[in-house]
Amino acid sequence: MTTEQEQRRKVIRSRLLTLAGPFIGLLFVTSLFALSSELRPVFYTGANWKNIFTQTVIVSIGALGMTMIIISGGIDLSVGSVVALTSVVGARLLEHKVSAPVTILATLLTGGLVGLLNGSMIAGFRMMPFVVTLGMMGVTRGAAKWLADNQTVNFDGESMVTRVMEKVSPDTFFPLPSGVWIALLLTLLMSVFMRCTVFGRYVFAIGSNEATARLCGIAVRPYKVLIYSIAGLFFGLAGLMQLSRLSQGDPSVAIGLELDIIAAVVIGGASLNGGSGSVIGAVVGALVMAVLRSGSSQMNWPNYVQEIIIGIVIILAVGLDRFRQSQAAR
Amino acid sequence: MVNAPRLQVEGMAKRFGATVALKSVSLEVAPGEIHAIIGENGAGKSTLMKILSGACRPDSGSLHLDGVRFDPEDPHAARQAGVAMIYQELILAPHLSVEENILLGEEPARLGWINSRSRREQARAALAQLHYEHLPLGAPVGSLPIAEQQVVEIARALIREPRLLILDEPTSSLTQVDTQRLFAAIRRLRDRGVSVLYISHFLEECQLLCDRFTVLRDGESVGSGAMASTPLAEIIHRMVGRNMEEIYPRSARSPGEVLLELKGLSGRIRPSEASLLLRRGEILGVAGLVGAGRTEMLRATFGLDPVAGGEILVRSSLRTHASPRQRLRDKIGLLSEDRKEEGLLLNRSLADNVTMTRFEPVSRWGFINPRVQKQVTRDWMTRLKVRARSPFQPAAQLSGGNQQKIALGRLLHHEADILLLDEPTRGIDVGSKAEIYRLIHELAGQGKGILFVSSYLPELLGVCDTLAVMCRGVLGPKRPVAEWTEHSIIEAAVGAGTEKA
Repeated sequence: MTTEQEQRRKVIRSRLLTLAGPFIGLLFVTSLFALSSELRPVFYTGANWKNIFTQTVIVSIGALGMTMIIISGGIDLSVGSVVALTSVVGARLLEHKVSAPVTILATLLTGGLVGLLNGSMIAGFRMMPFVVTLGMMGVTRGAAKWLADNQTVNFDGESMVTRVMEKVSPDTFFPLPSGVWIALLLTLLMSVFMRCTVFGRYVFAIGSNEATARLCGIAVRPYKVLIYSIAGLFFGLAGLMQLSRLSQGDPSVAIGLELDIIAAVVIGGASLNGGSGSVIGAVVGALVMAVLRSGSSQMNWPNYVQEIIIGIVIILAVGLDRFRQSQAAR
Repeated sequence: MVNAPRLQVEGMAKRFGATVALKSVSLEVAPGEIHAIIGENGAGKSTLMKILSGACRPDSGSLHLDGVRFDPEDPHAARQAGVAMIYQELILAPHLSVEENILLGEEPARLGWINSRSRREQARAALAQLHYEHLPLGAPVGSLPIAEQQVVEIARALIREPRLLILDEPTSSLTQVDTQRLFAAIRRLRDRGVSVLYISHFLEECQLLCDRFTVLRDGESVGSGAMASTPLAEIIHRMVGRNMEEIYPRSARSPGEVLLELKGLSGRIRPSEASLLLRRGEILGVAGLVGAGRTEMLRATFGLDPVAGGEILVRSSLRTHASPRQRLRDKIGLLSEDRKEEGLLLNRSLADNVTMTRFEPVSRWGFINPRVQKQVTRDWMTRLKVRARSPFQPAAQLSGGNQQKIALGRLLHHEADILLLDEPTRGIDVGSKAEIYRLIHELAGQGKGILFVSSYLPELLGVCDTLAVMCRGVLGPKRPVAEWTEHSIIEAAVGAGTEKA
């Protein structure tokens, strides 16, 4: 029957649109800046893109953890504060001449510990993720300021940690800072992990319908604790990148970062209702925002214009997603 | 007589995605006639009502109202044309008064000021038409009993002086007495020339109230006639579309060893005392009223709800307290009564839904092999006759019957041999029902033990080998199905039989 073929074609089309959506958005914002003849020669240079990629590292790594949380039907608002806290922890350790590998491990574990706390409260007491992590946002921000004596923490000397985000030869695209490679590698790993493993299916199942997940014998609560803890490790890594970029621990850094990260995940096609989302999409979503920021600051547009544009992009992304879903349901 | 019919529906068709809701529906309603729309769940009744009330538009077919073409764009247009719809779920503002509710959106006003006196008169007049003028006009609607709320809803519909009133299952939450009073009110409207479309699956009620009927089956109108001159059996035959013997397969089975035993099981509230023995190759039916504790018994058995007292023995070993995960490991499977809220991951693929509890055969070292998963799912889809495009289609896109087969497919893929089925045929079409009955029969033949909870007595009597009735949390003794009748089941369910004991 022709209607059946039509149906099949419709399904394939909508599936392609889901996969390609964020990429099309990226292409669109990238080509947008080609319209300006004065921007064209500076915007499409290796140096500029190196900048954009480097700026996306922190949001991207945060988005890896956040995507998993949002797919499972949760949310984490404490990311910005966790990034600040872990960067201060790292800086303090380096200040006391602790070796780089130990510092890295301790920073990651700090993030993981906050995640473990979040997850335990959410799963253990069945509290709303929004409220728990909102509280944790205050707690960790305060802890960061306390640990840093309410000022930036400086440390002397070179370290493996500070070199991660260092830009050698700023005029060419290569070599990219190792932070960019780390983010890329983790993105691929995480994407495969969420798509292809049993664990990944369970995360989707919990977000899609918790009651069904329970019916299917999935131990929902331990999984939630695990999800927030793993995400916490990613947030710790993001904090490490932050530390590396500033070469100092700053307790007041990354305020509002969680909203950027959530926006990236949503632009990437995730639903805040849980049960859907894409790791690669989220990272592309982070790039979309970085490209917009970079382009508009080079156009010398004031900050508020950037904010308005990015706001519109988020709403557009969600609107397109709604439209796509209603098309698919038809 | 040259009178045009009040309502004329011709060749109405409507599809939602791949689901055909209406294939071809035609019917006629005369002025001042109460016309019953009869059909099982999924027959297309609600879609037809949505079209008539303007909530959705047909793909093809025509509607005429008193001979004039009627094509409502939205519910407002339908109301303007004189079609009033009263839904099963009342839509009243509970905090507003009776009077305010009746004239909500129709307030007699000048320059935004409500004319209270005229509003009171109109409300009183509407209630008087129904002989309910004694209702307190100032009382908040939420404080009235449900039957009187129903009357307020109808009075509201009368304000626009409708030509056609559509009532969807209006008696589902009413007592016998209230039903009689409601019927009196509806007859009064008929005598004033209002036509009424009355939707119900209580046939006896339709016989009492209605003048004529139309039967819908699988989206088609399969017969109309005068209610009084048509025997019930014929209407049922039209509704179901086949004879009973074709629907319920029967063959002799000899039950084997005991698979599941409950000894005085109690849950937090319900059940209070449930004991039963389920054997290999046995289909044990559990009847009872809604709220008697049947679902709770299955949930406690499966580990979804806590067990407060009593014992559960699985294959003769004591396993009272366990999580769903451990129950699944014991090869017990539960089919939820609520497909949408609990039974299925609606936005996930059929493949994930089928293989969710047992990824082992389709994965290696924690990685899922999509090719194998697809093949395994496709095999189940073929066996269960699931109509779907692809194993990777989201479950939400399937019709109720096909969704239920997928949910059953999960239990089969899990190789569960103790199946706890909670209302497995609720809200699905007759064809799928028959297929599910055949499947249950086949599974019992393979030596699985099946606990079958249902509120639909004919299927319990048709499918089960043995049957027990639950009444207020207490499960009665199980007896061979041949010793039960619909009458004795109902007696046991309302507790009439146990009084003397």
